Amino acid sequence: MGSIPMPEPILSLSALDAHYGDFQALYGIDMHVAPGEVIAIIGANGAGKTTLMRSISGLLPNAAEQARFKGRPIGRLRADQVACLGIALVPEGRQLFPSLSVEENLRLGGKVGRPGPWSLAAVYQMFPVLKQRRHLPSTALSGGQQQMAAIGRALMSNPELILFDEISLGLAPVIIKSIYDALPGMLGHGMTAIIVEQDISKALAVSSRVYCLQEGRVSLERATDDVTRDEITAAYFGVDA
Amino acid sequence: MIEWVNALVQGILLGGLYALFAAGLSLIFGVMRLVNIAHGDLIVLAAYLGLSTSVTLGIHPFLALLIVMPVMAGLGYALQRGVLNLTLGPDILPPLLVTFGLSVIIQNVLLEVYTADPQKLAGGAIETASFAVGGLALGVLPVLTFGVAVAVIAGLQYMFYHTGLGRGFRAVSDNQDIAQLMGLNKAHVFGLAMALAMAVVAIAGILLGMRTSFDPAIGGGRLIFGFEAVIIGGLGNLWGTLAGGVILGVAQTLGAKIDPGWQQLAGHVAFLLVLAVRPNGLFPRVAH
Repeated sequence: MGSIPMPEPILSLSALDAHYGDFQALYGIDMHVAPGEVIAIIGANGAGKTTLMRSISGLLPNAAEQARFKGRPIGRLRADQVACLGIALVPEGRQLFPSLSVEENLRLGGKVGRPGPWSLAAVYQMFPVLKQRRHLPSTALSGGQQQMAAIGRALMSNPELILFDEISLGLAPVIIKSIYDALPGMLGHGMTAIIVEQDISKALAVSSRVYCLQEGRVSLERATDDVTRDEITAAYFGVDA
Repeated sequence: MIEWVNALVQGILLGGLYALFAAGLSLIFGVMRLVNIAHGDLIVLAAYLGLSTSVTLGIHPFLALLIVMPVMAGLGYALQRGVLNLTLGPDILPPLLVTFGLSVIIQNVLLEVYTADPQKLAGGAIETASFAVGGLALGVLPVLTFGVAVAVIAGLQYMFYHTGLGRGFRAVSDNQDIAQLMGLNKAHVFGLAMALAMAVVAIAGILLGMRTSFDPAIGGGRLIFGFEAVIIGGLGNLWGTLAGGVILGVAQTLGAKIDPGWQQLAGHVAFLLVLAVRPNGLFPRVAH
């Protein structure tokens, strides 16, 4: 592991632990993401994927040096400070603000005020349905539209690194396809992405490298082109195939 | 007959004051689910600050607001950042206990500094000025108080639904974690909400102090009136809070009209009736 040569990483995690109270959810996670890379994170329920997203985004505190973004230790920073540095999270289950309209949700995403290609107009161009429904409460959107709004909200901060947690969970296949079809358009601006996904074939199709988590530890790290089904099965379930 | 109409109108105007007591409570509960037991004592504290300011500088209590409002707002921000934020979490008990303790502290400090003697803000001619409308004599101060209440509620409503700050308040209220991901520092947002609530408390305290005499022990009663107005109107609905204040005020003046001893009781009975019939208040905003 870690033998794949890469440029200076935009994100590096070293021996990252995470706890919920007395319960330890992550054990010594090592992870390196190069600028512009698309990383997939797979793993069974409870493997620690969402915890990892919460750690990177600052919702869970870590030791300062356990997470570095562009060389800067961010493990101790609050989530709002991490967001201002240029990391955005599309949370599991969309989690739009129910008392805000669609457009207000998007505007709030742009609150950090980072310059870049993404604006309300750009988000509306990518997801025209959001423009039609911009004055509705976010709760009036369908699940797929909510996911588009959640993605748009994250893009509005013009992040350098965007985290997608369970991007397709609970969505109809046709919606999942349209969201994955939109991915290259989002990432075309040199944005780095980490995609947490239950659907392994989808995850492998869009990513260049894959990490598998199992019971809070990295059980596999491979370039997507090199990985075999058997390796994934073993890493996923913890059994030799 | 005209006496009853008069009692009704006076009750409506009194409701404006109660709505001002309640608006700050409603705001901070709405944004951070904090029940501030010390709210009434903070109103009394604002009245005393108004007293000291107007006496020391020799200015009208309304002018003293220019000093009391920013002082109370700053105090609110510091209190939130320094103390109350530390109590907020999944458990609702710590903020209740800490604000209860704060209430005791404020009362005793006021007692120490100002003694238990009743005090009053000297408003001058405006206190007794009145004008006639269709056979009713309306006091200028009560009418002004009601007008201020409507303006404050309208201002808060506008701020909540049409400004970036209000968007931040609603987002933090909806989901603190996700709001934090949007670059909102919830500790700061909570501090701003408390500062705003305390600015309203300053207005309420000055108007209270001009209307009636006050002493360090009356905070608890103001807190109850504020709570009742919020609950009657429905949690999280600012215009509902104004309606709740008016219903409480009308119940009290009509009760007093029947028998002067029934003033407070009638207000509490009205509150209990609403609670029995509509447990979520008359105009609840939040459905859950």
